[in-house]
Amino acid sequence: MPQSLLSTYSQKTDRFDEMLAADGSVRPPWQAFLAHLATATPEQMRHRLDYVRRRILENGVTYNVYADPKGTDRPWELDPLPLILSSDEWQELASAVTQRARLLNAVLKDLYGPQELLRDGTLPSALVYGHNHFLWPCHGVRPAGDTYLHLYAADLARSPDGRWWVIADRTQAPSGAGYALENRTIVGRVFPEQFRDLHVQHLAFFFRELQDSLACWAPRSSEAPLVVLLTPGPYNETYFEHAYLARYLGFPLVEGQDLTVRRDCVYLRTLIGLRRVHAILRRLDDDFCDPLELRGDSALGVPGLLQAVRAGNVLVANALGSGLLESAALPGFLPGACEKLLGEPLAMPSVATWWCGERAALEFTIGHLDELVIKGSYPSQNLDPIFGNELTGGRREEMIARLRARPQAYVAQELVNFSQAPAWGSRHARQLLPRGVGLRVFVAATPTGHVVMPGGLARVSAVSNARVISMQRGGSSKDTWVLTDAAVNTFSLLKHSVGTADLVRGGRNLSSRVVENLYWFGRYAERCDKTSRMLRVALSRLVDTGADTLPALASAVDLCRVLQLLPTVEAEVRVGTKVKTVLPELSREAQILAAVCSSEWGAGLAGDIRRLLWVATQVRERFSLDNWHSINRLQHQLQRYSEAVSDRSQHEVGEALAFLDQVLLTSASLAGFAMDNMTRDDGWRLLIIGRRIERLVFLANAISGFLRLPSTRAPGSLEWLLELTDSIITYRSRYMTQPQVLPALDLIVFDEGNPHSVAFQLQILVRYLDNLARLLDAPRDEAMRSALLRLQSYDLARLEGKAFIQCRVCDPCLDLASILGDISIAAAALSDRLAMRYFSHVGDISRQTFAS
Amino acid sequence: MTLPAARYHILHETIYSYESPVSLSRQLLHLTPRDCTWQRCLAHQISVTPDPSSARERLDYFGNPVRELAIEFPHDSLSVHAESTIDVQPHLPGGGLTIASPPPAAHADQTQLSACLHTSPAWEAVRDALAYGARPVLLEASCFQFESPYVRVKHEFAAYAQNCFTPGRPVLAAVQALMKRIYSEFEFDPEATTVATPVLRVLAERRGVCQDFAHLMLSCLRSQGLAARYVSGYLLTHPPAGQPRMVGADASHAWVSVYCPELEGGRWVDFDPTNNLLPDTQHITLAWGRDFADVSPLRGVILGGDAHELDVAVTVTPVGGVSGDVATS
Repeated sequence: MPQSLLSTYSQKTDRFDEMLAADGSVRPPWQAFLAHLATATPEQMRHRLDYVRRRILENGVTYNVYADPKGTDRPWELDPLPLILSSDEWQELASAVTQRARLLNAVLKDLYGPQELLRDGTLPSALVYGHNHFLWPCHGVRPAGDTYLHLYAADLARSPDGRWWVIADRTQAPSGAGYALENRTIVGRVFPEQFRDLHVQHLAFFFRELQDSLACWAPRSSEAPLVVLLTPGPYNETYFEHAYLARYLGFPLVEGQDLTVRRDCVYLRTLIGLRRVHAILRRLDDDFCDPLELRGDSALGVPGLLQAVRAGNVLVANALGSGLLESAALPGFLPGACEKLLGEPLAMPSVATWWCGERAALEFTIGHLDELVIKGSYPSQNLDPIFGNELTGGRREEMIARLRARPQAYVAQELVNFSQAPAWGSRHARQLLPRGVGLRVFVAATPTGHVVMPGGLARVSAVSNARVISMQRGGSSKDTWVLTDAAVNTFSLLKHSVGTADLVRGGRNLSSRVVENLYWFGRYAERCDKTSRMLRVALSRLVDTGADTLPALASAVDLCRVLQLLPTVEAEVRVGTKVKTVLPELSREAQILAAVCSSEWGAGLAGDIRRLLWVATQVRERFSLDNWHSINRLQHQLQRYSEAVSDRSQHEVGEALAFLDQVLLTSASLAGFAMDNMTRDDGWRLLIIGRRIERLVFLANAISGFLRLPSTRAPGSLEWLLELTDSIITYRSRYMTQPQVLPALDLIVFDEGNPHSVAFQLQILVRYLDNLARLLDAPRDEAMRSALLRLQSYDLARLEGKAFIQCRVCDPCLDLASILGDISIAAAALSDRLAMRYFSHVGDISRQTFAS
Repeated sequence: MTLPAARYHILHETIYSYESPVSLSRQLLHLTPRDCTWQRCLAHQISVTPDPSSARERLDYFGNPVRELAIEFPHDSLSVHAESTIDVQPHLPGGGLTIASPPPAAHADQTQLSACLHTSPAWEAVRDALAYGARPVLLEASCFQFESPYVRVKHEFAAYAQNCFTPGRPVLAAVQALMKRIYSEFEFDPEATTVATPVLRVLAERRGVCQDFAHLMLSCLRSQGLAARYVSGYLLTHPPAGQPRMVGADASHAWVSVYCPELEGGRWVDFDPTNNLLPDTQHITLAWGRDFADVSPLRGVILGGDAHELDVAVTVTPVGGVSGDVATS
């Protein structure tokens, strides 16, 4: 192997090396992979790195770190090199974490039941009764199959002697399984041959086991069980994973307000009414799940959920109250609990832990502060880990005083030296860098025993001598390859055989909230398209400054103002570092540029795009990956353009035009996805209705404004009106003449075959609304039908023989304008009625009340 | 022979009036008095308007009856009317149920009480009996030993209580001294606090209502390593001489109960820091828990409603003659 690959990879004596044995030789499971790396060309590796980066960006794999100035957009890091584990090693590790999953389940069963562990002193009551994640109202609630932990994750690290240790338990709603899956789909495609030749175990069957177990333990009913994934919402740091998993597992992604409890059963609010929910895979912390009996200050939960659980009418996974076991102090007591509950020794040790509530442990901690990290016993303390060796002078004394004053609130743990594994150096190609790694392993409970995900989320520290690995501290991740001698289980979740009884059509599980957001997605998508088109009409005439185009520019700017696209009063426009005030009469150019993107966050086209993106994130799981790529692209285009605007010394019209072109292109692909790529369910129907209503409102306002404006009688205006309505090609192919008013208005107002005409929108709306009313058993809405009739009653002959340029604004034009104005008002009223009838009234949240 | 029990009729009315209709309401009611060795509920009834969609009763973790209500249709108001008839027997430590002699006069009672408080075990011994490692494990007390939503365990509280908890002092005497200190240093002020006021602020501002004083005293006791619970109930208040008892003049009340092992006639002793006395037959116990959050008379979640008005009226009427007439302050 070329030395260059390892020239920057230094082995250390104080930590275990995953790849190299003590004598510097490559460990057997790594040999074939490393041999391949040695022969890969720099070009190949560059392509692979690019692929990883692009996929991550495009998939929107984001890890939203709170308080990060970049907020929700920080891409998740993924190192292309997998962590490789041999089959033997894995089996030992898997059986140890399985034992731990069984043990922790038994501990929960005891603590929420007879509490023998407390009675006989195996566990201190301070760690249970004093812990704010011990949920008192959950005591005595017995889940189906006595299973509390449906999905459990253990964070493992390897000590210098090669043994694996558990450094933390994730028991309430473990995150990372979705990221592990995502990493696999990317890295599996980066090294497809190696993946196949090395017999790497697949992950999909693990998720099937999880699905089947939830369905099995869910309460029985005549219908197929409905399992939902409960998320705190898009502001949660792992929301991407919630959406990703929901889509992969085929569970509707819901928020607390989508669910309601009636007569001790949980229901999903959908467009067609309430649908019974049988199981909830939750990613919401357990004390937030029910404001009635748990934390009352939370609007994220479902009031009454615990009563439904108590009645046995819904399965919640993991069981409410399981977060208790994430306590930092618990590991020290697990060996005893294991002997007592399972009658066997604990197979894998936990990192050495001392609970200071024991006098001897307190004295030990004070005596060995330099070698320990201090943590809080209770999450309510909000205490960041304190490294003893970083405490100097007064701070050290202060810590000791705190330990003595309230010892039971503190836990001391040994510092862990993570093992190291190679990461691909992105700066200097073809060099491996040593990085600390920890492994998160996932275990699912099934009615026939536990199943371990053969792989896991390898977490990588940013430096080689890490003491803490956390995604929130700038770490990265790796795929984990578990090799097998046996045949690889190539089961794919996508091929899961579905019987005729399982067939689902029509998306009956859509929550009202999702439908509302899809409707607004449709409206904003169309609004961005139309606004861009209008601004492009104006800007392109600004660039082409011949004397003959000036009148057309004037009329286009006038219409922009009528449509309220321009800053109405004065707007501030950033030019370089200065902020300038633009008065409307000062510069058309500045006004139009401000309409594209101004310093005001929510204003202009940029504001509409941001609203579109926000709505899209609310229903992220509803879009295909390709569709989501387009949305991401739009976000990047906007970000680049708005950065350019605030950096450059000048606004550049050319740049703005290029940006508008990009937006229109993306918008066309979004429209394509909507028509071609989405299932025709009720959500889709409302998305399309949203698009049509928006387009109708725009056309009606634009054309009536055009007809009322005197300046449009100038040459060139009819051309841009046809361009604005995307109908210029059709016009030219039909008439081969300069645009004239009668055929132009016929095409963009009355022609029911032109998808950009007013009549077309009305017709489509009539059809879709009738359909929706029929499907949802609601009364027919007649407003669009009568608007169409009114439009059809207009006599086009009144415009005959008119030369638009010489025409003054008179009755035939004004009458048509007023019909169009009424249509626009009717469309807005229709939108309000739809909201009243079908949407969930997102503002309506539950509130807690007290009386004494 | 049995001691004279006091008998009360209690009416506890709660009315919510909502500005706009509430479409969904779920309520947890701690309005049914629990039975205990010194107290027996003879009759009890709760009526709710509008008629709930579902109602059910169960016992909570601490053994209190709790009623769960759901109203799953729009309503403009909610009224809950709880009525109970209850016998309360004298149960002061040192006196009370085990005494077979005729009822002692008030002053004899006080002497006996005082003797009992001063012969209770040293507070450090009680603390150590509750600490991890001590045997037997006192689980029923341990529930009430740590932080809870309204009660904090912090050095500020330990420091405040410190001069009451001098070395070797009998635990009940120390607790009585703490009660007295709170009573004399804190001002009763219904305007000063709400249900959301943190107990640390109550300590800093030295004012509040009975709940605040109970939470404060609990924080002090638990910060000393003792076990103490929150008691929700009613208190008979005497009308001024010559005036009739006013309906609704009484209110729901709260006090604390301290765990004291090796005490005859019960292991928990009640203290009322709002009135600086040890509750006896004038205090009627509804429920106990770690703090207000566990046993608030009505805890609910509503959907809709906008602003609401809340009216609570409690009327405690002695039934069949005189109650045990102990002076109150």
